[in-house]
Amino acid sequence: MSEAAGDFDDEDGSGTIKKFMFLNRKAPYGTVYALEGLEVVLITAAFDQDVSMVFMDDGVYQLVKGQNTKAIAMKNFSPTYRALDGYDIEKLYVERDSLEMRGLSEDDLLVPVEVLSSAEMQVLMSDQDVVIAF
Amino acid sequence: MLHIVNKSPFENTALASCLRVASKGGDNALLLIEDGVYAITKNSDAGKAVQAVMGGIKVYALMPDVEARGMQDRVLEGISMVDYAGFVDLVIEHNNVQSWL
Repeated sequence: MSEAAGDFDDEDGSGTIKKFMFLNRKAPYGTVYALEGLEVVLITAAFDQDVSMVFMDDGVYQLVKGQNTKAIAMKNFSPTYRALDGYDIEKLYVERDSLEMRGLSEDDLLVPVEVLSSAEMQVLMSDQDVVIAF
Repeated sequence: MLHIVNKSPFENTALASCLRVASKGGDNALLLIEDGVYAITKNSDAGKAVQAVMGGIKVYALMPDVEARGMQDRVLEGISMVDYAGFVDLVIEHNNVQSWL
């Protein structure tokens, strides 16, 4: 077996851990991207990967407190973000400029996040092995 | 005329184009639905643009869409909330309707 193939099939079956960033830039209900992205994040975490979730642009709306979808007959998936730490997904980042443009602050969000400047976001992104955008 | 916007003001130019045209006079109303409701958030860039035209354009938002997105406590003063029946009434009351897709 080649060395490269070995990276994906260690003897204990755990494989290599890579840094995955999921970049969320869409509002929660107008399109299906946010919900589908969340599903993929949960699947990735099940493979014991190093997962970071980033919320930028309209993606910050996914984390707004007080969502109630009863009257539009869609699933309110916002409580799922609070369950992420149960899947060992603890790295949630929000870009400060995206919040401010939308008149929002950290207090408006339903989970604890780390608020980053765009410069800090650049460093975090560059440090990843894989970036997947929704 | 009733103008309807269903996209986030941060996602494309639908709201900006609508406001640019509708603010030039005449009897115009704006109804925000779906992701369009983010435009009436207090202290947001889009909220300021909406506020600037509110003297000439009556602005409505679909309450079920506002609540779904958790924005009900963050809405600008002076916006009229409507339910689905109110949406139908607005369409009937106006001589024509334009959806800014």
